Amino acid sequence: MRLEGIRKEYAEVEAVAGIDLEIGAGEFFSMLGPSGSGKTTTLRMIAGFERPTQGRILLDGRDVTALAPFDRDVNTVFQDYALFPHMTVAENVAYGLVVRRVAADERRRRVDEALRMVRLSDHHRRRPSQLSGGQRQRVALARALVNRPRVLLLDEPLGALDLKLREEMQIELKAIQQQVGITFVYVTHDQEEALTMSDRLAVFNAGRIEQIGTPADVYEHPTSTFVASFVGTSNLLTGDAARAVIGSDGIFTVRPEKIRIADRAADAAVGEIAVDGTIREVVYIGPDTRYIVSLDSGGELVVTRQNLETSSMEALATQGRPVRLLWQRRHVLSLARSEDAVGETEEEETTP
Amino acid sequence: MTESFWTRVGLRVATWVVLAFLYVPLLILIIYAFNPSRLQAWPPSGFTLHWFAETAGNPGVREALATSVLAGLGATGVALVLGTLAALAVHRFEFFGRETISFLFVLPIALPGVVTGIALRTTFQTAGIDFGLFTIIVGHATFCVVIAYNNVIARLRRLPRTPEEASADLGADTWTTFRRITLPSIGTALLSGGLLAFALSFDEIIVTNFTAGPGTMTIPMWILSAIRRPTELPVVNVVAFVLILVSTIPVYLAQRIGGDRTH
Repeated sequence: MRLEGIRKEYAEVEAVAGIDLEIGAGEFFSMLGPSGSGKTTTLRMIAGFERPTQGRILLDGRDVTALAPFDRDVNTVFQDYALFPHMTVAENVAYGLVVRRVAADERRRRVDEALRMVRLSDHHRRRPSQLSGGQRQRVALARALVNRPRVLLLDEPLGALDLKLREEMQIELKAIQQQVGITFVYVTHDQEEALTMSDRLAVFNAGRIEQIGTPADVYEHPTSTFVASFVGTSNLLTGDAARAVIGSDGIFTVRPEKIRIADRAADAAVGEIAVDGTIREVVYIGPDTRYIVSLDSGGELVVTRQNLETSSMEALATQGRPVRLLWQRRHVLSLARSEDAVGETEEEETTP
Repeated sequence: MTESFWTRVGLRVATWVVLAFLYVPLLILIIYAFNPSRLQAWPPSGFTLHWFAETAGNPGVREALATSVLAGLGATGVALVLGTLAALAVHRFEFFGRETISFLFVLPIALPGVVTGIALRTTFQTAGIDFGLFTIIVGHATFCVVIAYNNVIARLRRLPRTPEEASADLGADTWTTFRRITLPSIGTALLSGGLLAFALSFDEIIVTNFTAGPGTMTIPMWILSAIRRPTELPVVNVVAFVLILVSTIPVYLAQRIGGDRTH
């Protein structure tokens, strides 16, 4: 599937500002971004609910930009599931086959198969209103998958589920995707979800794509301030802090788990950077502890540390202690400033 | 809230006075329908179902009843089709003057019946259309459409749009989506709108008087003409009694169906 120069304007507002994207067959591709970044609009254009103001959408080399939703070999799992309340579970799942005039016995076989895949085999005759949120989500998935589309679009399908169920469904979705081999295009604002499930992901910001890559790529080599802060903890070094720590002007980041905390006397190993600071705040979060360290040269860095040996009491007692932070030079990444990077530009604009 | 003893007594009395004011005349009418005496004098002289039999055999009543039912069904049918189409158009599409059009659909219900009646009469005469059942149906449809439109658009505004999108997404064309998804979800709104429209049509008299023409008579028109003939009064009572039932039951049902039930 390919998007070429897709733009979408509503009245005066530009929701999507030029997107080029290529998604391979059988890929699990995520579109990650905050609300209003254009990811859902892009998905709706692929589905055919919205017509792009400019650009082309190609599916298997065929231009589908002007086709109605019912003429595209694409199915959608909606955020609110959009189940038909007056039909049973089996009727919901069979809907796409019925309107495409698939023979009754094949229909029955495929509905059974789809419901088995989402583990709802005993729920044929239930109504959507009698199901839990997680079960409705599965029906929506089965209803889309039963048609064996070329591409399955998922619009924040797990957004309404609680955390535990969401994590279960993430694993299940990924397993189903690998089983059926259909291309999944998955919209989410949850960076963890995108990192866990995707083969590749695109990070959306203000109607544009900031970065496309594998989860490891995007997390470890963010190319802009926006990606660095939206995917993971930002940990930006700018201005004086950048000059003092890195030795040059620019914006730099280092992931919090790459930094180790030592006392002031510790020596830097070869290839390591050492910075002095004071622990300003300690946040205990179960498996890890997060230390917020004010640097002597200005700025702040977040350091996370697995609670291997420390107890919560010990961890919390380090507050206010002077420390030396050490990390390997190769973990420092140079970033480009994003147009609407969260917080950053706004602060600079308001302070004279 | 703490009201004084006398406030509470006063309010309670007021409630009963209002109820009596509203319902005692209906009660008296119903009692006379079972009164053996042809004269409407108090107290009633006994109990009889004789007038019901006589009403059933009265050719004038039977003809008027048939006209009323046909007019009601016709006007309701027209109203449901047009009202639904109008509601879908206004709800679905953004177009210039949409709010104005929505207002214009509802306006006729506020117009005095006399105005609607005389306007229709003039129009029919200008167009050379003969007065009869057809013109009654058209006349009734003018206010029945509003009922259907209001019911359907209220439902459409509450319905989520995504099931229709899902239907299109799953391969259903526009008509299939309407038939299989939209229509079932506005079904109860259509039913309650239809019942209300029928009840309104059934006891309408003002517009009917202007659009009926000399040869056709609905039940309310028959009553109006019969009260001038004292011998027919007992039959009028029976007809009015039946009219009470025919117009209140649909309204009651419509409210039960149309009331917002979540599954």
